[in-house]
Amino acid sequence: MSIDQNSIHPTTSQLILANRWDHILARWAINRNEHRVEPGLYALGRPAPESPVLVTANYTLSFDTLRSALPGVDAYILVLDTQGINVWCAAGKGTFGTDELVHRIEETGLKEIVSHRNLILPQLGAPGVAGFEVTKRTGFKVKYGPVRAADLPRYLQSYSTTPEMRRVTFTLADRITLIPVELAYALIPLLIVTILLRSKPAAAAILAGTVLFPILLPWIPTHNFSTKGFILGAVITLPFVLATWQRHSEFAWWLRSGEALAAMLAFPAVTAYLALNFTGSTTFTSRSGVRSEIFKYVPAMAWMFGIGIVLMVILSFVKA
Amino acid sequence: MYNAYETNTLKFNTELCTGCGICLDVCPHDVFIQSGRTIQMAHSQACMECGACQKNCPFGAITVESGVGCAAAMMRAALTRRTQVSCG
Repeated sequence: MSIDQNSIHPTTSQLILANRWDHILARWAINRNEHRVEPGLYALGRPAPESPVLVTANYTLSFDTLRSALPGVDAYILVLDTQGINVWCAAGKGTFGTDELVHRIEETGLKEIVSHRNLILPQLGAPGVAGFEVTKRTGFKVKYGPVRAADLPRYLQSYSTTPEMRRVTFTLADRITLIPVELAYALIPLLIVTILLRSKPAAAAILAGTVLFPILLPWIPTHNFSTKGFILGAVITLPFVLATWQRHSEFAWWLRSGEALAAMLAFPAVTAYLALNFTGSTTFTSRSGVRSEIFKYVPAMAWMFGIGIVLMVILSFVKA
Repeated sequence: MYNAYETNTLKFNTELCTGCGICLDVCPHDVFIQSGRTIQMAHSQACMECGACQKNCPFGAITVESGVGCAAAMMRAALTRRTQVSCG
C-alpha cells in the first residue's frame, strides 16, 4: 500500500484566538454539533516513525486539549470520527469505538507510517474500545493513558499511569465550567418566566437548578440529586414566600397560606428536576442509580409542580 | 463525597479472572485493586457503570449494565415506551 504523505495533516500545540472563540461557543452549546475536526492522522511537531501515536475524538475541545497539552512533543495524533462528540460521551455511544479505531488505522495506513505497534488512548475512551480486539484485528497494542491530557507529558516519560492519573475528579472548576451549557438549555423557559410571567421565584428556581446546584453539589446534604434539588429549591423559594406573605397582609389568612403552599410545591419541584438532569454531566452517577431515582422522584416532582400551578391559577382568580 | 447511589449492576466473577489487571487501568473510580496476583473488587459502590472494565476484560470476568445514563434521555425513552436510549 502506498501512502500519500499529504494525507497527514500538520498541527501544533499552539491554540490561536479562533480556537479559544470556538471553545467559548462550544461551552455555551452554540452550534453544539459543529465543533468538529477533520478525522484522520495529524503530525504534531515533527514526528518520526518511532514517535508515539495518540488517539482522540474529532471534537474541537478534545483535539485542542490534547495538542495544547503537548508543547515541544513530536507525536502522531489519530483523530476518530465521533461526529463532533467528546471522547467520554462518544465511547458511551460506541462511536469512539473498536470498529472506528480499526477502520481509521487502516484508512490512514498507520502501519506504513510508524515503525512500532502501540497506540495511546485516553482512559475515558475505554468504555467504547476493546483493546484486546484491536490488537487481534490490527496488531496494534492499546495502552490507556491518563484521564486528563494535562498528565500526558508525565505519562510519556514512563508510559505508565499513577492512580491519580486514572481517577476522575469533579472539582469546583469542573462544575463551574458546566454552568453555561446548563444555562443554555434552560434559556427559553428562563426567558418566558422572566419576561412574560414576570415571576421572580420561578426565575430563581431555574437559576438555582442550573447555576447554584453545580456549584453547591457536594455540600448539599443527602446523596441523590432529586432530594438535593428539592432542598436547594425550598431554601431559594422560602424568602420569596415570606416576602409575599408580608406584602399581602390585607388578604385573608387562607389565601396567603394557599399562595405560600403553591409556591413551595411548584418551585422546588423545578429545581429538583433540573438537579436530576445534572446527573448526566457528572463523572460519578451510575445509570441504574439515575433510573431508580427517576422512578422514585419524577412522579413527585410532576404532582408537586402540577398542584402548585393549579393552585396559583385558582388563587389568582379568587384575588381578582 | 461522590457516592450518589448504594447499589449498581457490577458483577465480578473471580473464577474467570486471570489477574491481568487491565480493569485497574481503565476504571476511573478505583473499583478494583491488585492483591498479590489476584484482583479484588474493593470499592464496588463507587462504580458508575461506564462499562470500560467489561469491554476490555478479555476473559469475560466482569459484567455491568452500561449505556446512556442521561436522565432526560431515559425519561424520553420511558415516556415513548422505547427500550433504546440515546442522547443528543
